[in-house]
Amino acid sequence: MERFASFEVTAGEGAGVRVALTGPWLVSTIGAVEGDLAGVDQTASSFDVSAITEIDTAGAWLISRAAETRGAAITGASERAERLIDAVAGLGSEGDISAPRAPLITRVTARMGEMIYNARSGVYGIIGFLGALLLAFGSLARSPRRFPVKAFVHQLELVGVSALPIIGLMSFLIGIVIAQQGAVQLAQFGAETLTVNLVGRITLRELGVLMTAIMVAGRSGSAFAAQIGTMKLTEEIDAMRTIGISPMEALVIPRILACVFMMIVLGFYSMVMAIIGGAAVGDLMLGIPFLTFLSRIQEVVPLYDLWVGLIKAPVFGLIVALAGCYHGMQVKGNSEEVGLRTTLAVVSAIFAVIVLDAFFAVFFTNVGWG
Amino acid sequence: MAEAEPLPETGTPPADEIRDDEPVLGRHERYRGEYPIVVEGLRNSFGEQVIHEGLDLKVKRGEILGVVGGSGTGKSVLMRSIIGLQIPDAGHIDVFGRAITTGDPDDVVGVRNRWGVLFQGGALFSTLTVGENVEVPLKKFYPELSEELMHEIARYKVRLAGLPEEAATKFPSELSGGMKKRAGLARALALDPELLFLDEPTAGLDPIGAAAFDRLTRELKQTLGLTVFLITHDLDTLHEICDRVAVLADHKVIAVDTVPNLMKLDHPWIQEYFNGPRGRAALTAQALDELRKHMDMPIAANAVKALDNQRDGKA
Repeated sequence: MERFASFEVTAGEGAGVRVALTGPWLVSTIGAVEGDLAGVDQTASSFDVSAITEIDTAGAWLISRAAETRGAAITGASERAERLIDAVAGLGSEGDISAPRAPLITRVTARMGEMIYNARSGVYGIIGFLGALLLAFGSLARSPRRFPVKAFVHQLELVGVSALPIIGLMSFLIGIVIAQQGAVQLAQFGAETLTVNLVGRITLRELGVLMTAIMVAGRSGSAFAAQIGTMKLTEEIDAMRTIGISPMEALVIPRILACVFMMIVLGFYSMVMAIIGGAAVGDLMLGIPFLTFLSRIQEVVPLYDLWVGLIKAPVFGLIVALAGCYHGMQVKGNSEEVGLRTTLAVVSAIFAVIVLDAFFAVFFTNVGWG
Repeated sequence: MAEAEPLPETGTPPADEIRDDEPVLGRHERYRGEYPIVVEGLRNSFGEQVIHEGLDLKVKRGEILGVVGGSGTGKSVLMRSIIGLQIPDAGHIDVFGRAITTGDPDDVVGVRNRWGVLFQGGALFSTLTVGENVEVPLKKFYPELSEELMHEIARYKVRLAGLPEEAATKFPSELSGGMKKRAGLARALALDPELLFLDEPTAGLDPIGAAAFDRLTRELKQTLGLTVFLITHDLDTLHEICDRVAVLADHKVIAVDTVPNLMKLDHPWIQEYFNGPRGRAALTAQALDELRKHMDMPIAANAVKALDNQRDGKA
């Protein structure tokens, strides 16, 4: 049996040449002859397919197209060849198979317009979400027995307890880095002992809560958005509504409360771990005994530094949870949207947290808690 | 240049590409054996749960074999085993005379371009248009085809699957459920397969769409000379287009036969399935339908006979 598709051109009777096709004309074999067949004399008057051993729709397509463009006849077709050639005949169509693409200038302007338009609906959405949230809090306040205790406790565990190891380790390492790097710089002034002030104040005022907020946004904010978003896709949220359960009460409020509450606890825990990390460095590298380091912290760090940190914590928690839940509720359409919204939730939460932190810094300095 | 390509006119590739040690089927051949799929002693289990135990099945070339069974009897697992997505615990599976279970990966690829699979949800690549979806297998297996020819093949396959011309440039998310199935079918047909696997092709379609899809399957089988392995729950599909039906129960294939012959069997599940209210309704509808068509298909006669036999049995 022949292994390759091939053809031979012979001068036929009458005007045009005759093309005799042989071998298997299958999708697997036509690649080799495709170019040559296109180069066959335009005056060819007949394509003889009687010597073809095998044929499939791709072969039939190629032959019928070649014959059609030359106005040639196909002769000697076997029953199968004829059936296939008939089947593909008339299925030809023009045009590209990729999605139509507008020119660059149109796409850029369209995209910008779309973003601006979406910003408007985004603002509406956020205000609407906050309103719905307030209403839900109001109705829960009137009938506190409806409060979803189980969900709340479950979220406390997910947001808080299971985050303890990673946040502890992170804070401990940050404490080490600040103490070690700070000591190297302060040594130039002979002021290594000020490392205690540095570690104590920076972790209590800024880093403890800020790093915790970023970690919670990455861990829990994304989880909120993905969970709620998936529930929207699978119509679970709609099902809840039809049964008379408010998704705001059942899903959003426990998450937000858990996040707010746990941010305070985790923020404090993070500060403690960072100071322990600093104290460890002090003990091992600077010759400040561990317990002395801790008691020095008490002396050099004003109490209001702790309040600065702990006042910011619940606000950051609220922002992270709001961003997660809001973007989760905004999911519609397909699973791609879940990924998109999850990213947005994390990015916008971290961004908002850092911006707010800057405002807090200025504010607390101005009220004399510098 | 002319010397370098001695036979440009006939387009015969250089001789060193011709290998005499090629396994069972060369890429220039179509399968001529009687049974493209042979499953022997198949055993599949997930942990403690045994799905298949000593399952045997042979699919004849050129037939539409329906596979039925209750939920959880492992219809999809059987299909996944045959196409090599599920590695069985024991047993032997030959596709086109090539062992799927023991063959080395290259051998398996030797048969992979000879089948097309339509997954239940269509499983279209969501970032590509329908036409680009059809091109994916072509590009993978036959990169030597010119881009223009590939586009043309993709376009006529889309239309062969019964979709309108403009569907080729649409993304799967823009299509309805029925159109997605057809687009999946177009991709399954991309390589002109000899064997087609359809996993519940009519599930989730409205009755009109389902009937149209059945018709399409039968037409394609006749025109392209396909062998079809069809998993279905749709009794109408079984009566309308299946040449034989394999019944999965008790971890194995308990019977493979035409629908009328199956109905004579005294197995509780088969009786429940084909002679339950839905089974009878489908049968009656099909018989009437076929009568109207002047019994021009052999299965029509079978179905009417079955109906008659049943009436006799009851009388």
